[in-house]
Amino acid sequence: MRKVILTPYLFLISFFCFIAISISAKEEPLKKATFIPQWAPQAQFVGYYVAYEKGIYKKHGVDLTIIPGGPEASPSELLNSHQADFATLWLSSGIQMRDAGIGLVNIAQILQRSALMLVAKKTSGIETLQDINGRKVGLWGLIFQIQPKALFKKYDIHVKIISQSYSVNLFLRDGVDVASAMWYNEYHTILNAGINPEELTTFFFYEYGLNFPEDGIYTLQETYEKDPELCCAFAKASIEGWQYAFVHPEEALDVVMKYMEEAHIPANRIHQKWMLERMKDLILPEDTSIAMGRLLFDDYERVAQGLKENKLIDEIPGFETFYKRCDNHAKE
Amino acid sequence: MLRNKGIAFKLIFYILVSALIIFILIFGYNYIVVRQVISRKIEESAKNLAQATTSRIDIVLRSVEKAPENLACFIENSSYSKEELINSLRSVVENNPEIYGGTIAFEPYAFNSESIYFAPYFYKSNGEIKFTYLGSETYRYFYWDWYQIPRELERPMWSEPYYDVGGGNIIMATYSVPFYKTVDGERRLTGIVTADISLLWLQKMVSSIKISQTGYGFLISKNGTVVTHPTEKLIMNETIFSVAEARGDAKLREIGREMIKGMSGFVPFNSIVTGKKCWMVYGPVFSSGWSLGVLFPQDELLADITRLNRMVFSLVIAGILFLSFIIASIASNITRPLRTLAKKSEEIGSGNLDVEIPSVKSRDEVGQLTESFVYMKQSLKQYIKELTETTAAKERIESELKIAHDIQMSIVPKIFPPFPERSEFDIYATLEPAREVGGDFYDFFFIDDEHLCFVIGDVSGKGVPASLFMAVTKTLIKTIASKNMSPNEILKRANVELCHDNDSCMFVTIFLGILNTKTGEVLYTNGGHNPPLIVHKGKGGDFLEMEQGTAIGAFEDIIFKTERLVLQSGDYIFMYTDGVTEAVNKTEELFSEERLKRDINVLLEKSVKELVLNIVEKIKDFSQGVPQADDITMMVIKYKRKFKS
Repeated sequence: MRKVILTPYLFLISFFCFIAISISAKEEPLKKATFIPQWAPQAQFVGYYVAYEKGIYKKHGVDLTIIPGGPEASPSELLNSHQADFATLWLSSGIQMRDAGIGLVNIAQILQRSALMLVAKKTSGIETLQDINGRKVGLWGLIFQIQPKALFKKYDIHVKIISQSYSVNLFLRDGVDVASAMWYNEYHTILNAGINPEELTTFFFYEYGLNFPEDGIYTLQETYEKDPELCCAFAKASIEGWQYAFVHPEEALDVVMKYMEEAHIPANRIHQKWMLERMKDLILPEDTSIAMGRLLFDDYERVAQGLKENKLIDEIPGFETFYKRCDNHAKE
Repeated sequence: MLRNKGIAFKLIFYILVSALIIFILIFGYNYIVVRQVISRKIEESAKNLAQATTSRIDIVLRSVEKAPENLACFIENSSYSKEELINSLRSVVENNPEIYGGTIAFEPYAFNSESIYFAPYFYKSNGEIKFTYLGSETYRYFYWDWYQIPRELERPMWSEPYYDVGGGNIIMATYSVPFYKTVDGERRLTGIVTADISLLWLQKMVSSIKISQTGYGFLISKNGTVVTHPTEKLIMNETIFSVAEARGDAKLREIGREMIKGMSGFVPFNSIVTGKKCWMVYGPVFSSGWSLGVLFPQDELLADITRLNRMVFSLVIAGILFLSFIIASIASNITRPLRTLAKKSEEIGSGNLDVEIPSVKSRDEVGQLTESFVYMKQSLKQYIKELTETTAAKERIESELKIAHDIQMSIVPKIFPPFPERSEFDIYATLEPAREVGGDFYDFFFIDDEHLCFVIGDVSGKGVPASLFMAVTKTLIKTIASKNMSPNEILKRANVELCHDNDSCMFVTIFLGILNTKTGEVLYTNGGHNPPLIVHKGKGGDFLEMEQGTAIGAFEDIIFKTERLVLQSGDYIFMYTDGVTEAVNKTEELFSEERLKRDINVLLEKSVKELVLNIVEKIKDFSQGVPQADDITMMVIKYKRKFKS
């Protein structure tokens, strides 16, 4: 057998490797950034966790720290106080905050479709929208009431509004006839409380011309102006994370389950699976020619008009100032 | 296929197959019935267990329910100060060990018009009673399930179990009772009285349910949320429906729906923990709408019958093996001697009659068969021995007869022409005995220079006696015949001699003539023999007309007559025995004198030898293979006068 003396080669190889690493490191030093999702870990944010876990942020030059979200952490406050560089917010919240003087900008509109819906039991006799008339309807806080109120106004429906808490138990116990639900969350909770889909009547707002797309990525305008490359790198890496999660759902679920367990949140994998699948439905644009993460002007206008009509904002912020498009940003 | 197998195999096969079928039927029936009986028993006791457990839970819950209900009743029906209210609440929490905490929560501004929230709350912590007020901007209790649901439904109810905020891993549940106040004649909901209880006792109670090794109980809430379960991960994380979804188990979802509807049931179900086949009994906790399920692992509960069945099965297998052994030995007892017999008979068949046939002691069919075999062998052996002897004797006789034949043939003259120096006559004779030896004979000899004595005879009977008699007769005649004796004298003397001591009463027909070779004169005497044919040259032949005479040897005092004829040159005298004319063919037709005469007349020009041989040939043709029944003898003398030159 021919014996190869490896030592000099090894030495050479390690030397070149070292050189290569130091060069690349020198060329693109990782930029530190912080991010907070608007709620506790769940599949609603799996794209960001996956991007983090798979090193996608690093690949895009971002040395990210994820701040745990939850009821105690307000993303808007953290953004405003520079404790977080990036946050996810609902589009309506984003517009409201911009109007309220917080200088934030949308750098990616992740959800394209509104997941908000109304749901009713068929046993309560509700089969059509008109059947809601005169019923008790559970609605969440103000920001969640824009679409239902617009809907009731549009179809001349008068209802008794009951404040709905985080649980759907009021609805399950028939304390309300109609409940608000996110398609990816409460709707599945209702199904998993033993009610079959065919026993439910659902009303999706986007089906009634009230598509208020929800989660988007926000940063302060000053942060954006200071380093648009970093902002767009974060947006692109996040979208890539989502794409990875859609292709590798089980791996993505492993990641989200890990985060949930770390946060001591009851983790129900099948619920997270449902959530991930619905997020895929909501995130991927129906028009495949449109890149992921685009905020369309029509959607913006619709949401802003809704806010203004409900007097939740005074003026509609200019689309150009509000939205910084990253998907055609020159720097890769 | 089976046809080619041995008896032993067939016996084992058919008996075992039948036995197995019978066993399987009995076993199957038994198994099904026992299983049904046990299953029924299990179902019964399972239902009892579920009912007993849910009743116990109900009793506890109902006793807890009493306290807030009484408090609500007190609030509704009496006027009270703030202190009285708080004291009453305190005593409820204090005096009910099950109750962990309690509140009287008022509607906004319902207690007084200044504060939106009014909800005094007593709770136990480290054995002490602690007090606080609920309600703040961050805890708007109006919108919490424990408040909102009974408020909207306007009836008391148990909350879904929940984890105590900040309190370890204790699962709690709250019983909420709305209370009312009549204001301006209108009964208005004023607030909610609650009692919180820890569900630790319930978890303990349910987890203490152990059925056999792996059977367990579990409790789900009205939403299907798993409250207690041996798999801790499921508790409060999953509902029975999410488990069903994860398992792709539509049946479990259906069971879950039945359970949360408050129904009872007993259904087959695969354990989530072990995956084993189980029965699941479920029944409602009526007060809270929760549902208890208990899993009964089938194999463990049926372990006894399974063990019994396994035992029975092993016994059956052992029995069948034993049975096979018995059958095999019986079969081999039967077939071994049979096989031996078969082998021995093969040997016997190949000629070995000395083979040893093993003795069989049994008196059954096989024993009888063996005995028959032995007897058969002995008989065969005896028979063959006798046959051998007989054959040997026969061979000896045959060889003797062959010798006798040769001797007999040598007695009659066989060389033709016998007297080559004598040209006055041609003579040719043949004798074909029907058996080895016959009673026919012919002879010719010169008595003196001129006289040729010729004789043809036919002894009565056939075979050896006849041949001996023939030899005697021939010798006698040759001895007697001498110069100047006339044929009748010769016959007479021969008759007398033959008659002596002729106890067997044999006789012989005989024709005797003496030819004067010079003159052609023939003196002849017939002793009862067939008349010869005289063939005159150029005229054809005819039977000689003469005295018939009597056969010699039987009666002593017979007179014979000598007659005379003269042969011309070229005349024949053709003598024969009745074997010629009485030869038969297949249709039993006789050759006959007529045919003989006719045939001879055709052959007139032939030499004596040719004539005789031709006649022999014709007789053969005539008889068509019918075996010769009597000796055939012919003798021809053709007279040729000798002219003195």
